[in-house]
Amino acid sequence: MTRRSAALLVLLVLGGPFSVLVTMLHPAAAGQPAGTADGDVEQGRALFTTGCSSCHGLRAEGTRRGPSLLGVGAASVDFWVSTGRMPLKTGGARQAVRKPPAYQRDDIDDLIAYVTSLDPDGPPIPELDLARADLAEGGELFRANCAACHGAVGIGGALASGRLAPPLRPASAAQVAEAVRIGPGTMPNFGPDTFSQDQLEAVVTYVESLDHPDDRGGSGLGHAGPIPEGFVGWLAGLGALLLACYWIGDRE
Amino acid sequence: MTRTIKRANRWFDDRLGASGFVRTALNKVFPDHWSFMLGEIALYSFLLLVLTGIYLTFFFQPSLKEVVYDGAYAPLKGVEMSQAYESTLRLSYEVRAGMVMRQMHHWAAIIFLAAIVVHVGRVFFTGAFRRPRELNWIVGCSLLVLAMANGFAGYSLPDDQLSGTGLRIAYSIALSIPLGGTWVAYLLFGGEFPAESIISRLFVIHVLLLPLAILGLLGVHMAIVWRQKHTQFRGPGKTEDNVVGSRLWPSYALKSVGFFFLVSAVTALLGGLAQVNPIWLYGPFRAADVSAASQPDWYVGWLDGALRLFPGWEIRAFGHTIPAVFFPGVLLPTVSFGLLFGWPFIEARFTKEDVRDHHLLDRPRERPLRTGIGTGVITFYVVLFFAAATDVLATVFDVSVTGLLVAFRVALLCLPPVVAFVTYRLCKEAAALPDEEDAAPVVVRTASGAYVTGHGHQAGNGGDGTPRADGLDEIGSGPRPDAH
Ligand code: HEC
Ligand code: HEC
Repeated sequence: MTRRSAALLVLLVLGGPFSVLVTMLHPAAAGQPAGTADGDVEQGRALFTTGCSSCHGLRAEGTRRGPSLLGVGAASVDFWVSTGRMPLKTGGARQAVRKPPAYQRDDIDDLIAYVTSLDPDGPPIPELDLARADLAEGGELFRANCAACHGAVGIGGALASGRLAPPLRPASAAQVAEAVRIGPGTMPNFGPDTFSQDQLEAVVTYVESLDHPDDRGGSGLGHAGPIPEGFVGWLAGLGALLLACYWIGDRE
Repeated sequence: MTRTIKRANRWFDDRLGASGFVRTALNKVFPDHWSFMLGEIALYSFLLLVLTGIYLTFFFQPSLKEVVYDGAYAPLKGVEMSQAYESTLRLSYEVRAGMVMRQMHHWAAIIFLAAIVVHVGRVFFTGAFRRPRELNWIVGCSLLVLAMANGFAGYSLPDDQLSGTGLRIAYSIALSIPLGGTWVAYLLFGGEFPAESIISRLFVIHVLLLPLAILGLLGVHMAIVWRQKHTQFRGPGKTEDNVVGSRLWPSYALKSVGFFFLVSAVTALLGGLAQVNPIWLYGPFRAADVSAASQPDWYVGWLDGALRLFPGWEIRAFGHTIPAVFFPGVLLPTVSFGLLFGWPFIEARFTKEDVRDHHLLDRPRERPLRTGIGTGVITFYVVLFFAAATDVLATVFDVSVTGLLVAFRVALLCLPPVVAFVTYRLCKEAAALPDEEDAAPVVVRTASGAYVTGHGHQAGNGGDGTPRADGLDEIGSGPRPDAH
């Protein structure tokens, strides 16, 4: 028996059961699924235990305070943590809202690696190539699928459920793509069957363009439509003219 | 040169005999109080609307024919849209001065309506609608209704997502009218929403029918003012039988022309600096889509607010279903305008004194009940207006829209009576205070050169017929048509 085959045998005897064990406990550690960020599972586990397990459980199986994260996908973890929504503040807010993120990029990658190592299913972080995206098609898709909740210019809106569809300006391209794929909270998700990769890129490009809408007519007045326009008309328009009347006219 | 003018003058006068009229006209007296210029803001905004509107009609195409956009605004390149929308885009992006004209037109409309409302408020709170001016009150209220209708028609023309949403709501309101609803909707829209011919119909209504009606009524409105002369506030030298102020020529006319330039300047500044109705951001109308935060312009906002606040009651009667939109969409405006038009008669019925003519105005505090009712009613419509913004308010202040609606319903029922009552009490107390103006000491130099001090009325200029020391009676006042 050569030294090489002896080493193989040792590996088989000792490593076989170990790898089965590892695969049972940490499925993702065995076969890495595509799309997972290159984070460190062990560091992710540590971060998860301190920051997330109180609500999502030590093995992300879910508790009364938070849903199971098994199979939510890398896109979901990246979206919820990078938008600062997670970790949620304890105390019953109606809806998780965007905050400055609590974790650095590396730490988020570690968290993703850990959560996806428990269950590799779910949408991966979308890869985007925005250079060749079709802006006009994105606009059509946005108005047909997103404007009902987020408003035509993406300033956000109120939903009948009492929840809010947030303004889209703070979201990065990656976060928009993730939101579209996972459908956070009450938002519907648009999987690859609904939006092809090209359509996804088109919508993302259009949403990003709304960060700086073409305010050709002057000050955008918050893009909230006729309500602020009415205020400006009354205060700046009629207000100025009333002052003029008062100035020209007799005050008695 | 002067000879030629004189000759020409005589030539026309021989044929028209108008010089007598012109002379009286030029000498006509207009009051100088600032609150009499509110109507002028409305008049000049209307003039601006006509001027900018004419420019827009050169380029706007009132057609729903589908075209593929190939203009300067990149995010819509290659998108299918109606010619109406496409030509509005072209107006905004390619036509020289098109954008500023469009925006001036829109701002002028917003100011026009606001000025009418403030003007109506002035007339209401000072009792200027009383006999003999009930007729002109009705003409004025009709102008308000026509202006609102025309504003809505104009807002609907570009066929963008926002205006289409408004039209859809208008269509459902028209349908909800009992018995005649389907017929009215069909007449307006020419078919089921979104009908092919709606834009071309609205166009005729917006640029021809309603502007002509407004112009005609404006003429009647001013002719009646001319005939009946202005009201005026009580004050030194002002009586029920005269008008104190400046003559039309030269002082009033020049002031007025200057004021027109000011109205134009403010409108142009807004048109150039503040973006209004950026239809390119809203996208072309698609019947299947809606956008969050869709609101009408402010003067229709109270109706939208009512639609949101009103509970979804459906009533079945005589085999007909009266849909919920009927109450806020048809009944509310009918009652609102009914009361508005009828107010002079309602008030006259309850105040017995009103058999006389009135040319001197009330100060609002002297009429606590009327002033109280007025502020209460205004509060009602302001609450409705803000209710139209519930979704925007919910987003901005991060509160639940359902909770907001409940809060608004409560406010709609509770705030108006409270405001009316508080105003009523304040007026009562203010009216009980001594009148500073009448109490102010006045120094008069008598014919013999002595100085006499007195208070307002006793000093000989309080409207009891004694000539004023400053001779204002002769310079700036003219007799009323019915004064002898
Ligand atoms: C205070 C409790 C709490 C903490 C701490 C917390 N979460 Fe959450 N998490 C929630 C709740 C509740 C939801 C559901 C939120 C919703 O749907 O609006 C949620 C949702 C999520 C989701 C989306 C799940 C899905 O079904 O799409 C992810 C991913 C997530 N959390 C990750 C994390 C991570 C990672 C951490 C630690 C950094 C964390 N959470 C910390 C309570 C918590
Ligand atoms: C039914 C309403 C609805 C529709 C339709 C919808 N969204 Fe959302 N969207 C939401 C809600 C609600 C949230 C907030 C989720 C939460 O935090 O609980 C959200 C969140 C987002 C965010 C995250 C913003 C942030 O603050 O980080 C983005 C980006 C987004 N949506 C984009 C889109 C796009 C793009 C579309 C169309 C393809 C779309 N949404 C369609 C309701 C909707």
